Amino acid sequence: MTTTSTRPHELPVQELERVTIRFAGDSGDGMQLTGMQFTRTAAVFGNDVSTFPDYPAEIRAPAGSLPGVSGFQISFSSTDIHTPGDQPDVLVAMNPAALKANIGDLPAGGALIVNSDAFTPTNLAKAGYETNPLADGSLKAYTVFEIPITTLNARALEGLEMTNKQIDLTKNFFALGLMFWLYERSMEPTLRWIDEKFAKRPVIAEANKRALKAGYAFGETTEIFHTHYRVAPAHLPPGTYRNITGNEATALGFLVASKKADRPLFYASYPITPASDILHQLSGYKTFGVKSFQAEDEIAAMGAAIGAAYGGLLGLTGTSGPGLALKSEAINLAVMTELPVVIVDVQRAGPSTGMPTKTEQGDLLQALFGRNGESPLPVVAPATPAECFDLAFEAARIALRHMTPVIYLSDAFLATGAEPWRIPDLDSLPSIAVPNATDPATFQPYARDPETLARPWAVPGTPGLEHRIGGLEKADITGNVSYDPENHHRMTLLRAEKVARVANDIPALETYGVDEGELLILGWGSTYGALRSAVERLLAEGQSVAHAHLRYLNPFPANTGDVLRRYRRVLIPELNLGQLLMLIRARYLVDAEGYHRVRGKPFRISEIHERAEQILAGR
Amino acid sequence: MTNPTTPAPLSPENAAVIKLTRKDFASDQEVRWCPGCGDYSILAQTQKTMPEFGVPKENIVFISGIGCSGRLPYYMNTYGFHTIHGRAPTLATGLKAARPELMVWVITGDGDALSIGGNHVLHAMRKNVDIKLIMFNNRIYGLTKGQASPTSEFGKVTKSTPAGTIDHPVSPLSVALAAEATFVARSVDTHTEHLQGTLERAGFHRGSVFVEVLQNCNIFNDGAYREFTDREVREDRMLVLEHGQPMIFGKDRDKGIRLRGLHPEVVQLGHGITEEDLVVHDEKAEDPYLAFMLSRMWWPEFPVPVGVLRNIERPTHDQLMVDQIAAEIARRGAGDLEALLASGDTWVVK
Repeated sequence: MTTTSTRPHELPVQELERVTIRFAGDSGDGMQLTGMQFTRTAAVFGNDVSTFPDYPAEIRAPAGSLPGVSGFQISFSSTDIHTPGDQPDVLVAMNPAALKANIGDLPAGGALIVNSDAFTPTNLAKAGYETNPLADGSLKAYTVFEIPITTLNARALEGLEMTNKQIDLTKNFFALGLMFWLYERSMEPTLRWIDEKFAKRPVIAEANKRALKAGYAFGETTEIFHTHYRVAPAHLPPGTYRNITGNEATALGFLVASKKADRPLFYASYPITPASDILHQLSGYKTFGVKSFQAEDEIAAMGAAIGAAYGGLLGLTGTSGPGLALKSEAINLAVMTELPVVIVDVQRAGPSTGMPTKTEQGDLLQALFGRNGESPLPVVAPATPAECFDLAFEAARIALRHMTPVIYLSDAFLATGAEPWRIPDLDSLPSIAVPNATDPATFQPYARDPETLARPWAVPGTPGLEHRIGGLEKADITGNVSYDPENHHRMTLLRAEKVARVANDIPALETYGVDEGELLILGWGSTYGALRSAVERLLAEGQSVAHAHLRYLNPFPANTGDVLRRYRRVLIPELNLGQLLMLIRARYLVDAEGYHRVRGKPFRISEIHERAEQILAGR
Repeated sequence: MTNPTTPAPLSPENAAVIKLTRKDFASDQEVRWCPGCGDYSILAQTQKTMPEFGVPKENIVFISGIGCSGRLPYYMNTYGFHTIHGRAPTLATGLKAARPELMVWVITGDGDALSIGGNHVLHAMRKNVDIKLIMFNNRIYGLTKGQASPTSEFGKVTKSTPAGTIDHPVSPLSVALAAEATFVARSVDTHTEHLQGTLERAGFHRGSVFVEVLQNCNIFNDGAYREFTDREVREDRMLVLEHGQPMIFGKDRDKGIRLRGLHPEVVQLGHGITEEDLVVHDEKAEDPYLAFMLSRMWWPEFPVPVGVLRNIERPTHDQLMVDQIAAEIARRGAGDLEALLASGDTWVVK
């Protein structure tokens, strides 16, 4: 820790390795926007960042109510970080409901910044407070900064032709400006963004800029803060970086895959939280020749993607768990006709409608087994927002090379969370192009590649290859309809073997930590950050522990069994009730144990750490 | 790969160049419908019609759902896809959007199109997807051995409705019109010449086609249309629609359809009533009221209309998709992938 004085007010600057801020307010208060602007600014500065947007499904829940609270947590650091932080160091609460919903996560001594103007009797009652927490001493464990944000902000905007309501809508920028001052951030990226965003509404642009600057100036001139903080840039691998969410990375991954496959991308989807952003994004890529199609329902989206794949395009559909359930019959048509399509499932808390904006890993078994008959298909899952790009590319590669539908399992946390992404060099990515069948002399619809068992891709428009396919069982080689008992048995085995052979075409499972020893923590999907951070902590404490994270859920990497057997105990934490656990135990006869939480939230590092310590202590 | 955006030639002139015959469109698969099924005739007329379009057979795709009709693609020597129940329009929509140059036919039945697949028919029609949907209407579930369908008449006794169905039937053509199909027609399996002519017109239409073929299931619903389709009575009990012509029918062409207010009525020509008093068919009318009226007419109150009820032009879904992409590229230039990846705020770590 160093102390310098660079400010006119000679306030001391404290150097911190990592800071976690949570912005919380009404869902109409613009907390997501505020959080995203802070994230961009920190990312551009060179910090490692990790975010956790947490918002209600209602677009505008009743103002001031507990269900209407929207939060955005960002962790930024001068070192490599994997999660948005277990607990915030600073909580910004724009009203009593936001305070009530979030105060439990703020550790003792944490900084609490509240908009004191919002603590009216009405708002306190809406949040269920019988007494004002700012006055009753219940917050004395925290460092509380009461700031009349609404009043100060309104004063800064005086003279602009705006309604009171419009003025009130800008107060989040006051809070943002204050945070920028506190953490020595430039306002420039956000000022630029405001100018672009409100180019056609100069009054609104001016108002937001004034609000931002007023917040910053308040920090600079007021004496309520006795210090401000600096988080230096992180030491990430060399390259050009940008900030990216999982859904953005997913869309880009498939776009690049289509380029590298030399086939246009066709995306069919039905709006569903939290996957809709992928539809929005790909619909904007018309200049890349992307054909996007908003279907009448989930089934139609799946059917259209298969139709496009049958026509020789890279066929893609995206959904969340309830939509995956609806698509299952059509996915099986792709299994039977052995056509390459990718199904994106951005998982959310279930069952049924569940909690649409909250994260969960409940669809793994649905992805593997939620279809009639023996219906094998490859399943992949990215571990971080940036990795969504790589796994989307992988999903497309596997689908095309092995002529099979592939399910890509993201989740709400990955989809909306953000982190720095090293922009890949397009030339360094391999071609994933596969040829169409063209030779009528040798063509058989269900002849197979000897290595992968993929069948030929004969697209309509190819002279001499006219043939018929469909959902009825196919005769081996010819593809004619067949009810022959031995043929059905053979084809069932062939389909299974085809998918099993994908294991020859994917990287081995890697471990981080000790090569063999007491405890392996095995995970998949968005829990990566918490598991990795917990293992880093345990290793620093000298424990015999390792972390392995599966990106390929079907088939598993070929060395998975070997990895599992190098450790005395295996812990599989999941945001479900033990789905990977069931697969691992069944497949490898390893006495793994699970750790399950389904709260609609990511794991905290501390709970994984604690469970691991218990296991290592023989409990 | 190439992704041609201009549809292949579709013209009688081109047909003379390509010179395909009915036999070229018969596959090597043995046809397996019940002997006497109306589907045989529909298949035959379909195979006979195909050479007329001037489309190479590799550019023709037949996509079907589930039901007896679903087998038709196996018997066509074109590309074919026998999909799942009710979903054929979805695959056809995806295929046509992906490959606008293909000629895509959807083969479906009353259960497939109007029950399990009703939603997809609605949207394929309103989007004016350039697909030719042919619905075999036998007013029964045949492949599952005889349950009531959405077009079964009220009170019909079937295996699933032993005391008679309590469900009011839908008129397929009313549904197609309400769904904004741009080509809506009806024909009959055994009226081979009329059926062939209807399929031909359907094939040349650009946009969403809905053709209802009244088809006899001789096993589970034999004689469903006999009362008005039999040779001896059909001229008196059916109305053959012709664009621009007054609605006249009858063996002696002595009966017609006149409008009384908003309602049609059957009139006998003569005794002061002349052709001038009759409704003139206009399949190109911008508003669909006349077509809708025709879609409600049924024996014995009225002669059953066959022919083209509606035939209008509207930009097709696939063409609009292609145009929109072209317009965006013209406006903003072809996409630069490297620039896209590096868009937004970036920073360099050394």
